[in-house]
Formats: sequence, C-alpha cells, structure tokens
Amino acid sequence: MAEFWMSEIIKECARQRISLAEYIIRGECENSGSTREQVIEKMGKMLDVMSSAANGGLEAPIRSNSGLTGGAAYQYHQYIGQGSSLLGTVMSSAVEMALSCSEVNAAMGRIVACPTAGSCGIVPAAVLSVGVSHQKSREDMVMALFVATGVGMVIGEHATLAGADGGCQAECGAAASMAAAAVVNLMGGSDEQALHGAAIALKNMLGLVCDPVCGLVEIPCIKRNAIGASTALVSADMALAGVQSYIPFDEVVTAMYAIGKQLPAELRETGRGGLAVTKTGLAMYETLFGTPMSL
Amino acid sequence: MNATYMTGSYSVFDITGPIMVGPSSSHTAGAARLGKIARILAHNSVKKVTFQLFGSFAQTYKGHGTDKALLAGILGLNPWDLGLRDAFSLAEKQNVEYIFEPVTKPTQQGWENYHPNTVRFLITSENGEVFDIVGCSLGGGKVRIISLNGILVNFTGESPILVTRHYDGPGIIAAITSILYQDKVNIGNMRVDRKRHSTTADMYLELDSDVTERVVEEIQKIPGMLNVILLQRINEDQSLNNIE
Ligand code: SF4
Repeated sequence: MAEFWMSEIIKECARQRISLAEYIIRGECENSGSTREQVIEKMGKMLDVMSSAANGGLEAPIRSNSGLTGGAAYQYHQYIGQGSSLLGTVMSSAVEMALSCSEVNAAMGRIVACPTAGSCGIVPAAVLSVGVSHQKSREDMVMALFVATGVGMVIGEHATLAGADGGCQAECGAAASMAAAAVVNLMGGSDEQALHGAAIALKNMLGLVCDPVCGLVEIPCIKRNAIGASTALVSADMALAGVQSYIPFDEVVTAMYAIGKQLPAELRETGRGGLAVTKTGLAMYETLFGTPMSL
Repeated sequence: MNATYMTGSYSVFDITGPIMVGPSSSHTAGAARLGKIARILAHNSVKKVTFQLFGSFAQTYKGHGTDKALLAGILGLNPWDLGLRDAFSLAEKQNVEYIFEPVTKPTQQGWENYHPNTVRFLITSENGEVFDIVGCSLGGGKVRIISLNGILVNFTGESPILVTRHYDGPGIIAAITSILYQDKVNIGNMRVDRKRHSTTADMYLELDSDVTERVVEEIQKIPGMLNVILLQRINEDQSLNNIE
C-alpha cells in the first residue's frame, strides 16, 4: 500500500471519488470500529468544546495558573467592541478567539488539544471566525475539522507535532497549516486548494523555535496562537484566490522535520534558550520558582 | 486484514483531541490520567498518597498544575473535569492526605531514567494496604504504567491486564490460564515474578480481549490466591458524553 502522504491520499480520493474529509472519516471508522455517525458526533463534541474555549476569555479577564499571564483576550475584545481594530471582522474575531483558547488553557480551563494544548487556539479561531461570520452550518464546520485533522495526521506521521522534537513550527506551525486547510474547505475550496493553503501556512512558520519562559505554555505561546490563526487566514485566502504553493505540501512537511532536527535542544521546549533566557524571562523564572535558573 | 484507507500511526482524535483541562497534555492531562489509573489500581480507595516526581515533572510541576492534576486523578476525576483546579480543597473535603516529593537525586531503581515525565505513587488505602505504582506521561495525554508493586508492567489502558499475587505453589498458574481459556480469552503477554525470600509470587497478564468480573471471582477462589486486580481497558468515550 502507498505511504500516508497527502499526494497519495489525494490520488486515492480521486480514484474512489470521495473528498479528503470523507477519506479521513472512513479511515477512522475502519481503524476504531466506530460507525460514521459516532465519529462525526465525536468531532461535533470537539467543536463544542473549542467554541466554549474560544469565548471563555472574552467577557472577563482570566489569569493563568502560574499567575504569569492573562487578560489579553478580554482587552482585545473590548478594543474590537469600540470599533478600533485595524483588522476586518473575520481577522479580529480570529485573534480574540485564539487568545481566549490559549488563556483558557493556561488557566486550567477545558480545551481541545489541536494538535497540542500549546497550539490549541489556532484551529478553533480560524474555523469559528470564518464559520460564524459566513453563517456556515455546524456540519460544514465539523467537516472542515476533518480536513484539518488529515493535514495534522500527515505532519505527525512524517514530521512531528511536539515542540520538544521540532520546535514551535511543529505545534503552532502544524496548527496553522491544519487551520488553513480547514478554512479553504469551509469556504468551498477544493481539496487541492486546501493543501496549497496548508503548505503556504506551514512555510511561513518554518524555523519557529520553542522557547517558553519558565518552561510554561504561556509566553510566547498565547500570542503565537493569535498570529498563527492570522497566518492560517491569510494563507487560506490566497489559496481560495487560486494562488498555489510552488513547494508541494508533503515537501514542506519534510523540510519542517529536517529543520526541527537542526534546532539545538535549547530551542526545543527546554525553556533554556531564546525568550526564556532573556533578562525579563530569567527574572520571571526567579520570581516564580524562588531560585535563579541554573544554566 | 486488508485496510481500504491509509491512516498512518495517528488516529483522528489523537490529532484533534483529547478534550482536556490545560495547560499541558503531558504535564496536566497525562498526569490526571495517571492519577486516575493509580486510583483504580488501588481498588478506588486512597487514604494517603505520596507523589514522587521525576525529571521534568519534578522541575515544572507547579506551573503546569501537575500537582493538582495528579491529585485530582487520585480523587477519581477525569483529565477534562474542571474540578482539577480545585483538587487541593477537594482532597481536604474527602480527607485524603497527600505529599509531593520532587526527586532530583538518582534512585536505586532508576525511575528517573525511564522517561522525562515520571511519577511514583505510594498509596495507603482505607484499610491500610500499600500500593507502589510508577507511571510515565508520554505526550498528547497518553500514559503508561510501568511498575505495579515492584512488578514491571506495561499498561496503557488500551488492552486489559490482570495482576495476581498468590502463594507460590504448583498448579496455580495453570488454574488461572484455564479459567481464562474457558472464557476464550487469549493472553498476549505474561510474566511471573517471585521475590527472593518470599513465599508469594506476582503474575502479570496482558489480555487480548475484555474479561468479566466473574472471571476475577473465579480466579479469586483458587486456593492460595491472595489478590487479583483486573485493569479493564479504559474507554473514556462514555464519560466524555457527559460534558456540557
Ligand atoms: S513555544 Fe513551545 S510550548 Fe509554546 S506553543 Fe510553541 S511549541 Fe508549544
């Protein structure tokens, strides 16, 4: 059997005359022994939890479990409410929803890891901001999530989804790529277009390091989710216009993995490089843990 | 089996999922799941627990809420229960004593070398029984129990395991396997362990299919049998349905 690459999956979809979303659903049914209804219902549950997380931080400021961060989603929501945002409705609501999911996560609230907890804001923000503003049905949004998941499965298979292995390009990068594909699908683009969107988004995130302050999923993670969502929307918009990625999706995934391997351990979730060892990052460490970081 | 659809090594809900309480799938969700499994292994009865934390767990447990998550799991909460945040007060209400012990020096058993996210539970149950359970959080909320009362095991929740402690003597193992055979339960992996200077032996069986409580009762009746623990496959989909 062919390998689990997008180029192969798309060929199979054409041969079987089914969509990418349908292919992923059927694969899951075959693998888990669940029915099509059960698989779709479970994804619906994911969408529900995503939606509460995307809104949970908007109406009142929330603080993280460590006390380091919080309140950005609320602040940005107020700002949009005043009509001050430079961005359009879709983009600004994606930003606030991504911030909200990530802040809910840091505050020990309930989220859907997608593909990870650290990058949990990107896919929900992109899918819900477009879905709500364009009055898409729940079914359409659920199908878009299957497209996103297919993209994530291929990245996980041939690269990695862990910041500890590949840096933040593997978490927020993978999430932006998944989200771009989902948005193209949601707006009626073809599966080929969705993969161009996924490729464009991932290309933009290549090389992004994982350097969380105090080793916690907060700084810079929360804001990276907001901008990861915007990367997804810009990439999807280009793909919907017919713009193509010169480098095919599968090859971008290969490049991402190779880059991850070349990253030093300090920049792979150890909290011992990049922003984590800035003057301010180190001071936060000392305040939080009561001792200076031993480098 | 000839699959019609390629899927690779991740399932759909490994990528979009799990539903969990943040902030970290390995340090929070995985920790809660380990706590929950440790509780089941201790027959759902925990009076006192010491959490020995190794590796990255020892370093960052406070910020990631690993402490709250482990304790919540021990109290029977699921990785997606919002009650994780209030685990300390919940423990107080239920009269469960707990201690967190970050271990930074090498241990005799070398638990710190198994995985960067490792925890050892030392549990005393309501009736004074002591359990020693070691588990690792593998990432993405997935976990593995690697040791149960000194026996090395490999339990991820995906297939059931049966652990027995019995007086060492001829025929006991045959009696256990024949009870399983009657129920057409295949054994995937098996290990027997007898400590030196001990009259008891521990047996660890990984099963290919689910077994009923009746099987456990039958095994319990075997002369010389001291203790039987059945760890059922963990199917969380059922309880997920209760999330509003
Ligand atoms: S910086 Fe690291 S911890 Fe934060 S989201 Fe990115 S990969 Fe995850």
